[in-house]
Amino acid sequence: MIRLNNIHKSYEMGSNSLHVLKGIDLNIEQGDFVSIMGSSGSGKSTLLNILGMLDNYDKGTYHLSGNLIANMSEKKAAKYRNDMVGFVFQSFNLISFKNAMENVALPLYYKGVPRKKRNLIAMEYLEKLGLKEWANHMPSEMSGGQKQRVAIARALISQPKIILADEPTGALDTATSYEVMEILKDINAAGITVIIVTHEHDIAAMTRQIIRLKDGRIHEIIRNGELKQFQKNYMKELETA
Amino acid sequence: MFDMDLWNEIISALKKNRLRSFMTAFGVFWGIFMLIIMSGAGKALENGVLDGVKAFATNSAFFWTERTSIPYEGFQRGRRWNYENSDIQYIRDNVKEVEYLSPRLFGNQQGGNNTIRGERNGAFQVYGDYPDYFKIDRWSVVKGRLINEIDILHERKVCVIGERVLEVMFAKDEDPIGQYLKISGVYFQVVGVIHAETRINFGGKKEESISIPFSTMQTAYNYGDVVHFFSVTSQKGHKVSDLEEKLKTILKDRHKIAPDDLQAIGSFNIEKEFIKFNALFLGIQVLTWIVGIGTLLAGVIGVSNIMLVIIKERTQEIGIQRAIGATPATVIKHIVAESVFLTVMAGYIGLSLGVGILEVLNRVLQSAGDEMFFKNPEVNLTMALSALGVLVISGIIAGLIPARRAVSIKLIDAIRDEG
Repeated sequence: MIRLNNIHKSYEMGSNSLHVLKGIDLNIEQGDFVSIMGSSGSGKSTLLNILGMLDNYDKGTYHLSGNLIANMSEKKAAKYRNDMVGFVFQSFNLISFKNAMENVALPLYYKGVPRKKRNLIAMEYLEKLGLKEWANHMPSEMSGGQKQRVAIARALISQPKIILADEPTGALDTATSYEVMEILKDINAAGITVIIVTHEHDIAAMTRQIIRLKDGRIHEIIRNGELKQFQKNYMKELETA
Repeated sequence: MFDMDLWNEIISALKKNRLRSFMTAFGVFWGIFMLIIMSGAGKALENGVLDGVKAFATNSAFFWTERTSIPYEGFQRGRRWNYENSDIQYIRDNVKEVEYLSPRLFGNQQGGNNTIRGERNGAFQVYGDYPDYFKIDRWSVVKGRLINEIDILHERKVCVIGERVLEVMFAKDEDPIGQYLKISGVYFQVVGVIHAETRINFGGKKEESISIPFSTMQTAYNYGDVVHFFSVTSQKGHKVSDLEEKLKTILKDRHKIAPDDLQAIGSFNIEKEFIKFNALFLGIQVLTWIVGIGTLLAGVIGVSNIMLVIIKERTQEIGIQRAIGATPATVIKHIVAESVFLTVMAGYIGLSLGVGILEVLNRVLQSAGDEMFFKNPEVNLTMALSALGVLVISGIIAGLIPARRAVSIKLIDAIRDEG
């Protein structure tokens, strides 16, 4: 599904060049539930942006469902994004002057779905996420968890293959975070690849594969069998903290 | 293709950002409103002033005599002189460029109330005129008729009177036609009441004047063959200014006046005045346009500026839209459509309001009466349409510049923007 081969990325900061990703090789299969971890500055968000075609990479190759993603026009990238990827952000990023239903329906607007039909579909997704009664509320009238659920509904409505979540629980309390993670698990169970960036170990421990980044390189990949070990480590970390 | 969804999106976006939309629209509204009001006012001034002279034959010139200023052929300077009937005849016979020629006598008004009818009396300016005069300085007949050739030929004692004369000398419901007025001791029968269509006065106010046949006046009041004043118009294809100079030369020669005496013949030529007026109004119009376009431009720049700020405000929103599948073209289309919609709406409101106010002004002016140098404020359609065109184009530009900027911002930066 996702094949990264020796991906490099640097940012120009005035005269300095900041080498963020120093050769990432990564395969993610359809239906995986992956978390990307790492300290701040390790390049995890940059990696997610490249995966989501929100940013370009400098060197290497990125294949998404067999298509090479490189030097795409903004228009083509937009189409890929709309077809393949749903985004969930830390700060929810809902459009403040649209109500929940309109926010959810927006991706379909860009696909040219008529208003009535897309609002109907949006209602369906809101119902799935238990927000039917909140359809006509503005984002400012909703709690963080509700907003994130609206954002997830919006990410799902275009029936993407991948959900990319950048710190989806970063702005939520623990209980709400776990609710959101449950929703993401359900989505994954339906066959959608879910990739989240997080620095919270308990959140990462709920995924089925953890990729730890360190200084722009993959430090370790923790898979099913090792996950229990990771959870133990995580418990240890908690105790020492 | 009318994209209902696009318009729904745009209108709801505008509605939900009322203040922003209003501020944007106001700049344009004000620009076009001022342009309309100013050009309407300029036009009204033009209409008002030209209305006073437009009925005058523009190819007319007027001559009178002054004292000479240069001694010549044995005559001293300061000599008083008059035109004579023979001058008129000579010009009629020999100057082909003349279309109409109408000599005139000014009656002596020094006696105070010179006009008497029963117990009524009044002081009016009395003129001896030829029928041609009414073709040069246009009058309309309110009642009865003008002076005609037969009146001249038979030296009839008839007169036509201005509206003020009618008011003073007759009771309200009285029919003046056929009645007699005693003017400086001689009885004249009223044959017509006339109304001046111009506001250029020679002598006294036009509504207070009485015209009698020129020949009658010469005979009845003992003027001999003296002519005080005459008006001419030039034939088509001849400039009245040239004719004016030619006639002056002839008259100086016939009356032994030095050819270089600039003072002896007084004259006035409508063509020259018209050229002056036209230049003046061209100036006003140009000024109106410059200021108007300047104002409009300021409005457009204001809109672009506001749009730029808005785009900065909306960076995140635009980023999100792009992240969930909006292509740059869609984003640009939205912003431009929003901008055009706003400018055109605002422009249209400004246009309508401006025209409305001019219309109200027009009503007020009309009820205020005739004597205004400000009349019929109006805006021509071409101007209104071209102003609207400028608005649409500027709306596109005002939207396009910030839209391109919005799209060129890196997507992640846009989404991360915590403004």
